[in-house]
Amino acid sequence: MYEHDVIVVGGGGAGLRAAIAAQEAGADVAIVSKLHPVRSHTGAAEGGINAALQEGDDWELHAYDTMKGSDYLGDAPAVETLAQDAPEETINLEHWGMPFSREEDGRVSQRPFGGLSYPRTTYAGAETGHHLLHVMYEQVVKRGIQIYDEWYVMNLATTDEPDPNDRECYGVVAYDVQSGAVEGFKATQGVVLATGGPGQAFDHTTNAVSCTGDGHAMAYRAGAPLEDMEFIQFHPTSLPSTGVLISEGVRGEGGILYNADGERFMFEHGYANNSGELASRDVVSRAELTEINEGRGVNDEYVHLDMRHLGEERIIDRLENILHLAEDFEGVDGLVEPMPVKPGQHYAMGGIEVDENGQSCIDGLYAAGECACVSVHGANRLGGNALPELIVFGRRAGYHAAGGDLGTAEIETGYGEDVEDEDSVDLPVAPGEAGIATDDGVAADGGVTADAEGVLERAVETEQSRVERLMNKDDGVQHAEIRQKLQNAMTDYVNVFRTEEGIKKALRIIRECREEYQDVYVDDPSRTFNTDLQMTYETRNLIDVAETIALGALVRNEFRGAHWRQENQIRDDENWLKHTMVSWDDGEPSVFYRPVILEGDEKTYEPKERSY
Amino acid sequence: MRGAQSPVDEKETESGETDQTTVDDTKLDGETVLIKVFRYDPEVEAKQEPRFDDFHVPFEKGMTALDAVIYARDEYDSSLTFRHSCRQAVCGSDAFFINGKQRLACKTQISDLDHPVRIEPLPHQEVVKDLVVDMDHFYDQMHAVEPYFQDEDLPEGELEEQRQSRENREKVKMSTRCIWCGACMSSCNIAAGDNEYLGPAAINKAYRFAMDEREGEEIKEHRLRILEQEHGVWRCQTQFSCTDVCPKDIPLTEHIQELKREAVKKNLKFW
Repeated sequence: MYEHDVIVVGGGGAGLRAAIAAQEAGADVAIVSKLHPVRSHTGAAEGGINAALQEGDDWELHAYDTMKGSDYLGDAPAVETLAQDAPEETINLEHWGMPFSREEDGRVSQRPFGGLSYPRTTYAGAETGHHLLHVMYEQVVKRGIQIYDEWYVMNLATTDEPDPNDRECYGVVAYDVQSGAVEGFKATQGVVLATGGPGQAFDHTTNAVSCTGDGHAMAYRAGAPLEDMEFIQFHPTSLPSTGVLISEGVRGEGGILYNADGERFMFEHGYANNSGELASRDVVSRAELTEINEGRGVNDEYVHLDMRHLGEERIIDRLENILHLAEDFEGVDGLVEPMPVKPGQHYAMGGIEVDENGQSCIDGLYAAGECACVSVHGANRLGGNALPELIVFGRRAGYHAAGGDLGTAEIETGYGEDVEDEDSVDLPVAPGEAGIATDDGVAADGGVTADAEGVLERAVETEQSRVERLMNKDDGVQHAEIRQKLQNAMTDYVNVFRTEEGIKKALRIIRECREEYQDVYVDDPSRTFNTDLQMTYETRNLIDVAETIALGALVRNEFRGAHWRQENQIRDDENWLKHTMVSWDDGEPSVFYRPVILEGDEKTYEPKERSY
Repeated sequence: MRGAQSPVDEKETESGETDQTTVDDTKLDGETVLIKVFRYDPEVEAKQEPRFDDFHVPFEKGMTALDAVIYARDEYDSSLTFRHSCRQAVCGSDAFFINGKQRLACKTQISDLDHPVRIEPLPHQEVVKDLVVDMDHFYDQMHAVEPYFQDEDLPEGELEEQRQSRENREKVKMSTRCIWCGACMSSCNIAAGDNEYLGPAAINKAYRFAMDEREGEEIKEHRLRILEQEHGVWRCQTQFSCTDVCPKDIPLTEHIQELKREAVKKNLKFW
């Protein structure tokens, strides 16, 4: 058994920032990650980091833009914390040597981004995430922080009191991908989940193959609610054949979208008469799909993003990476022809419910980055707000987990008196474990008798026996088949445009996937680098996460931010200014709601029409 | 010690054979492509002797070498093992030896390759299993050059940034693009013969800092001292193999040469 004060799961931007903060607060911290940190998907972020750095800008404007972008489903304490802390965190990166793009006077450059009232997106070419990830990793190396890379975290070691608010997390169970050894990692102070997004629940996604919602699923099964999972951002400009992302920076610099008829549809068809291409991402994605659905798509599949008029010099200076991506993954030269683009799954606004200190309702369990929902992004994330979230809330979670004082959080977590139950969901099938999870989730001890070692040992044994079962089974279904079926269902029915009928179809297919998963087996008999086993674990996580996304999409019968419902195409503030919580309750999901917090430190954010 | 060296030399000679042909995509559409993939697993009896397995993969326009091995794994043999993640040439996980050259599989179009396509692990690194090599030595070399920014004096005030000219940012730009894929190190004959040689990636990492004007002169001298050691920049014999294989087009050899010149200049100063 390994032991540290703080265990950070995941080595992307949020995890690395959390580890640095935990160490600075005096903790012995270790990062456990299924990838070597520099392989993390933070590296694929292109656009930039929103931070009110310049005179004339103000954190309050950043907070306002973020709240408006969230379609009034962000919690004010989270949104204001993000906007207040982002400048210092961004300059901190500069002090760590981040190669930001620069102005003539040598200061860091900032550019316009969708939904922003001031050009506050700080960037390093069109590869900001790559630089952020590497700079942060460099700092982790400098500080000698222990990294267990290519260790796959399989489950959390938590107690099993009936009320998740009474539970405690004592560590994690992980297996060494290189050797196959299953080991316990005891965390005496806290576990920070920084496992990234669940994009692999969808077929067409900008997300890496590793983005399988592992943290989401582990926290969920341990009893922490998943919040606002229905809000999935579909990025308007992904390459059609692979889903590779073309940065919003292209539009920020002046790139234009055209339909097959050569119309600049964002204006000419009235989708966003003021902001055009720089309207919020959900607005642009719906516009593109409407154009395609109404027969004005190129090859009925995509639209064109044109940046040729920006000129070679400016493109090379600020968007060079985009030229390489378009060339390598679509065979298109962005200097001489427009690039084909269509919406692709990009980001999950929702995640593990945490407060502004990164803490979930389970004692000792934290989350930060895309896997967490603080909630900053509400119903829609603004471009350039993911990277500041990583560093701001990564730092806070790591610091707090290490015992640092950040004051009492204003955001409440877990099931409690202020929540509203949902007991009338019209479900097409019974969701939930379908018998696969009988030895799952929380450690069986629980209550006052459970000491940390006992809980951890039990969790290790559970995972060891699961591995044996999967490896000893000789036939059945393989993970790849189940995963593909799940991904197709989500992209077909829980995409940009959603209907009750479609979502119910998805829920039925998800249920089928669960049942098929009972018969899953791992064909590769080797203990060495068994990716078959790892992907089988990941697929189970994807099933759980996909179900929460579809459930949230089913109950929220309104149109807010990224979530559009055919049956009720208006934002319904009277009934829906509340967060959707899906909680794993005795082996099946239950839904409840928690009101959104619109009262900020000094002002209240009054919901206004979100027009661009 | 785990693993065997992939039989590199045989491959290199084979890749020069003339019976292979380039096929254009239009002809390939609807056809299958034969990929020959290196297999090895120290634990599984049938795979303890390294061998090549043939997979016939249906071709689709735009298919990359990564797409092909993913198809082979998901449809034919789930034990086929390789690292991959982002699919867009930024995570650096999937550098393989494809038709005798180090390439990132995700940005290698099948239609640009001779057929059949041979896919092997990176040469000169220990094979863990199939296409997975042990990267520890590569990481050790990267860490050996103090790969982190060292400031001499930061500006006063939390929100005060260090200034950097556009020219200077431009100078280090290419060097900052490294994705740690290991292709350069694997291609380098010197690194193959001298295990302690820092290698092109690590030297480039040092270049990234040594040339950044935000680090002061003293730190630059410290960095040059690290690079001048016996297994540092002077080992490079400018064969350009690293530059040739770098998937991010980093002018590695030029960077190494420039550091040699800087080292000479620094030493002259003390004469």
